[in-house]
Amino acid sequence: MIVRLASITGLLILWILTAWLGNDPEVLPMPGALITPFLAEVMSGDLPYHLAMTLIRVLWAFALAMAVGLALGLVMGLFPRVDAWLDPWLVIFLNLPALVLIVLCYLWVGLNETALILAVTLNKIPNVTTIVREGARALDPDLKAMAQVYRMPRATYLRHVVMPQLAPFVAAAARSGVAVIWKIVLVAEFLGRSSGVGFQIHLYFQLFDVVHVLIYSLSFIAVMLLVEWTLLQPWERRVRRWRAA
Amino acid sequence: MIRVNIIRKAFDATEVLRDVFFSVDKGETVAIRGPSGVGKTTLLRLVAGIDTDFDGRIERPEALAIVFQEPTLLPWRSVLQNISLVHPALGDTAVLAALAKVGLDDKADLFPGQLSLGQQRRLSLARAFAARPDLLILDEPFVSLDAKLADEMLGLTESLIAEFRPATIFVTHAEAEARRLADRVLTLGGAPATLI
Repeated sequence: MIVRLASITGLLILWILTAWLGNDPEVLPMPGALITPFLAEVMSGDLPYHLAMTLIRVLWAFALAMAVGLALGLVMGLFPRVDAWLDPWLVIFLNLPALVLIVLCYLWVGLNETALILAVTLNKIPNVTTIVREGARALDPDLKAMAQVYRMPRATYLRHVVMPQLAPFVAAAARSGVAVIWKIVLVAEFLGRSSGVGFQIHLYFQLFDVVHVLIYSLSFIAVMLLVEWTLLQPWERRVRRWRAA
Repeated sequence: MIRVNIIRKAFDATEVLRDVFFSVDKGETVAIRGPSGVGKTTLLRLVAGIDTDFDGRIERPEALAIVFQEPTLLPWRSVLQNISLVHPALGDTAVLAALAKVGLDDKADLFPGQLSLGQQRRLSLARAFAARPDLLILDEPFVSLDAKLADEMLGLTESLIAEFRPATIFVTHAEAEARRLADRVLTLGGAPATLI
């Protein structure tokens, strides 16, 4: 915790130093200069509203991408024949730029929430699938044989034998997933929505208002740090408990 | 009660087993011996139903148990759960009783990683006997143990077999082990391997 604080303080000092050297608050304001406009945004309700909109989109896309990616990765890792058929698709989608998917979804589905969530989900599924597939390929064949001989019920096998082996892979996918998804959500909001952090950044970009661009992006980073520290890391510690014991 | 009729077992073009016919009665212990690489483990995997790709027919009871060379435990579940998840029909009391038979009842809440190797093997034995199997399969369960531990495990296995009387098939290299546990010794030899 102390290291974390020191590390963030270091970044803050770097910012102050750069702002001082640059000496142009239009380009890079001092951190302190953000406080008053930040409070104003909170009071007016704009910041909470747009943060919430983005967060809801991130949650939807995250949940969908994880669920579909997990299922696909598991199936592809366990059944080489399915893998052979789906692997080229995976490579295509992995290499499809996020921007292309967003634009196509907006063009085909329309400028609405469904298109945004669909675009972000499709962007993320291939990553989750790839990571989970590696995990499924690495499943212990001896434990499988054991479960088979003792006729372990299918559901028990999945929950107590397969999932614990996949957990590190799922955690890795979730980690990189959240980070990537919120960035893509912002791009999608920038391009085609009238709410959310991405929309606000678009707005202030056009006004060349660096202060507000920073306020909105930093606020969302803070939200994501909170998610990381209060949800993801404790969950990871819990599933790793048996290693530490 | 257990009838094994394997006409042919091959991996791709390599024939591993041919004409392996034997049966094991209830309460009987049969040892399978033979040089390493001859196909003993392949034979056990067929008998256990792990591998079903062969020509022939194997009749086996429903209630199977197996002890592998390695303990093959779930490291992320407690000692108790390692038995209760495998045998959902058993209550906690029955699981604790099974653990007590191998001297692990005070370790029920630990993870397998917190046990010594000898204790992990005993847990693997307890898991096999917990649900009173009709057929018990042991794949060199005492290999890679030091002499003292191997002897302790052998004694434990012997008493558990005497108590539950399953039909037992076990693979071993060691002549002494075979003679001590088994009522009958089958020897696998040749290429493809058959009973000799």
